[in-house]
Amino acid sequence: MTMQGIDKSFPGVHALDHVNLELKKGEVHALMGENGAGKSTLMKVLTGIYIKDEGTITYEGKEAEFSNPKDAQEAGIVIVHQELNMMGHLTVAQNIFIGREIMKGKMIDDAQMNIEAKKLFDMLHIDIDPTEKMSKLTVGKQQMCEIAKAISHKAKVIVFDEPSAALTEEEIAQLFKIIRDLREKQLGIIYISHRMDEIKVITDRVTVMRDGGYVGTLVTKDCTKDDIINMMVGRVIYEEPKTKSMVKPGAPVVLKVDHLKAGKMVQDVSFELHRGEILGFSGLMGAGRTETARALFGADPKEAGEVYVNGEKVDIKSPIDAVKYGIGYLSEDRKRFGIVTAKSVAENTTLACLDDYMSGIFIDKKKENEISQKFVDDLSTKTPSVDQQVVNLSGGNQQKVVIAKWLCKNCDILIFDEPTRGIDVGAKSEIYHLMSELAASGKSIIMISSEMAEILRMSDRVVIMCEGKKTGEIGIEEATQEKIMQAATLRN
Amino acid sequence: MENSKKENAFMNSRFVKVVGPQKVVILLVLIALCVFFYIMSPSFRQYSTVLSILDYTYYITFMAIGVTFCLITGGVDLSLGTGMICYGLIGGHFINQLGCPVGVGILVTLVAAVLFGVFNGVLVGVLELPPFIATLGTMMITRGYGSLATGGLSETWPAKGTPGGWFRSIFKVSVGSVKVPIGILWLVLLIIIMSVILNHTKIGRYIIAIGSNKEATRLSGVNVVKYTMAAYIISGICTGFATIAYAATFQALAPGTGAGMELDAIGGAIIGGTAMTGGSGTITGTIIGVFIMSVLKTGLPYVGLQANWQQVIIGIVLIIAVLLDVMKNRKIA
Repeated sequence: MTMQGIDKSFPGVHALDHVNLELKKGEVHALMGENGAGKSTLMKVLTGIYIKDEGTITYEGKEAEFSNPKDAQEAGIVIVHQELNMMGHLTVAQNIFIGREIMKGKMIDDAQMNIEAKKLFDMLHIDIDPTEKMSKLTVGKQQMCEIAKAISHKAKVIVFDEPSAALTEEEIAQLFKIIRDLREKQLGIIYISHRMDEIKVITDRVTVMRDGGYVGTLVTKDCTKDDIINMMVGRVIYEEPKTKSMVKPGAPVVLKVDHLKAGKMVQDVSFELHRGEILGFSGLMGAGRTETARALFGADPKEAGEVYVNGEKVDIKSPIDAVKYGIGYLSEDRKRFGIVTAKSVAENTTLACLDDYMSGIFIDKKKENEISQKFVDDLSTKTPSVDQQVVNLSGGNQQKVVIAKWLCKNCDILIFDEPTRGIDVGAKSEIYHLMSELAASGKSIIMISSEMAEILRMSDRVVIMCEGKKTGEIGIEEATQEKIMQAATLRN
Repeated sequence: MENSKKENAFMNSRFVKVVGPQKVVILLVLIALCVFFYIMSPSFRQYSTVLSILDYTYYITFMAIGVTFCLITGGVDLSLGTGMICYGLIGGHFINQLGCPVGVGILVTLVAAVLFGVFNGVLVGVLELPPFIATLGTMMITRGYGSLATGGLSETWPAKGTPGGWFRSIFKVSVGSVKVPIGILWLVLLIIIMSVILNHTKIGRYIIAIGSNKEATRLSGVNVVKYTMAAYIISGICTGFATIAYAATFQALAPGTGAGMELDAIGGAIIGGTAMTGGSGTITGTIIGVFIMSVLKTGLPYVGLQANWQQVIIGIVLIIAVLLDVMKNRKIA
């Protein structure tokens, strides 16, 4: 199978720029790239979820056109998703045969489906009871079921989208065994992963993508980890990275986090934040950065660890406490966690600080509108009026409303989680400018970002996380893409 | 073209802007219904009909005002109807069996209402049970507890002219031979107070914010537990007022009754434009919604439609009201 010159655009985004990918029979082919490099989009084109704008897919020697996922499935191209699409209340066998149940007259023949499922598992040398409820299985076993389901579709090409992200060592070993089996059976396998060491172990070739473009294909055993990393990050950064920290020497520590633990995604994280500093949090998807921020903010329960604000030990049990100590959190998912979309700019602005805009027990709408207007002017938020519903604003302006909410509360520590996600280029630089100004005025900022360029442009210091652990901390003077990526793919 | 111009004229009129398009529509529906019955039936035109509509509406409106707060948080309170009867039975028990003055009975009733409101608030706000389930449980508890409290007896609150009968005049006074429904004053007062709470205080603001986006509200440092509880306590208090209205209007309160009345109250709120999904709703809308239902209930028998038809027609009205809302939202999305 080959994909040649695949091009795909979405409104405002050129997601794939003439990408090539070649997959041979009996090959395990790694697809690598940073977050947003276009791997998932390419796979969605392959499996018929997206329709390509240009380019050709040649499949088994013929040009193929998949206009929907069913076409691709029938042709034998199946994807095992990162997030498993399973119905927990149904049995394993019922899940595998969902949508194409084996029938006996008008009745579903569960017995026969169990037998068929068992056959599949035997073939894969997996020990799973087909009559077990799906929700009772571990994530690893659920994934095996997905694979079994793929095989039952008579798959010739299987795409694994970060299969190991949720698996234990042992489960990964078993997964690799299955993948090798499938390779023996002359299937083609595309393996998407961020884990460098896995790539070295299991794959035959590596194709690297960057910013929606094709970078190159290497034979795995002839290349080093560094070769791959260089290909992944070797982009030209248009925005000048910061060369030296803007933090005043001797600036006091405003926030100290000590051995924070919260579940699997936050394992023993410690760091310090100085006044006027922008502390970048870098790492790949699922590194535990957002979870760290949420645990710190009291949005999720934490198991252990101490937090000090301005040198004083504080006990943050809920966002109520965090806000009391002057910490504001700007969520990565604005629509879900940041703004109250159907409410006005003014109502959103004062959501965290309504106490200051009361006269007696009544809300002082005049004062509320005045302060909201002030922030609209200060942040140059583009809105017809403060009565405008936030849902009608653009992403960048929504973000400014969230910033206004925390400034209105006079928060000194701001956590920006992916501050420019879904924001267009122009508004992006405005948000950057705003963040720099805030830091210069003495606010301290934690900036979680998956964009390397953003990290290098904004941060005074960079903390790097991988799989719930802090794997590096670099001052901006020494930070390079390569160093950060090294730490971000470090498994320990 | 002509049509869209008309629509714009409608949307741009100052009155519509202030009151909101949906409320104007349902207000027009209410007026149209009244005019319809007025023309169709001579008996509907009588003053006694107005009194009768009001009698059957006070307690429902009170409950509906309360439940509007729960609905706005994205929840619901199913314990209104049985709760109302239960609190009245408890209060009646104090008056009739324990010999307390009516004033004490009223106080006991209101305290019981608040306590059950707190109970619902703890279940939903603190323990995070789904509101439907939690208040379904409370509904069953209040239905049973009302009977237990009185030993299965009906309770008749003091009649007019007897000692303690003064309280019947809270809602209706006789001036000569004319009965004056002064309950309207209380209703208007409650509408004003609750509208102010909803639109001009922190309680209202945060209840709306919780219903619009609970997680974003929580992450803004708002105590969502407290304000969710507040909604259910308000619902409890309003149900307490409903009990007083019910006891003042009707002969007796019978144990085991009340189920179904909460649905009239919720239905009224929904017709009045409160969204089941939370985040939006108004007190005045709720009132108009309840009145549409009670005018239909009172009016339909006068034009020769029996009770079963009333149910069918009210059901259809409810569905249409929600359908309009759904279609409006779809247009926005």
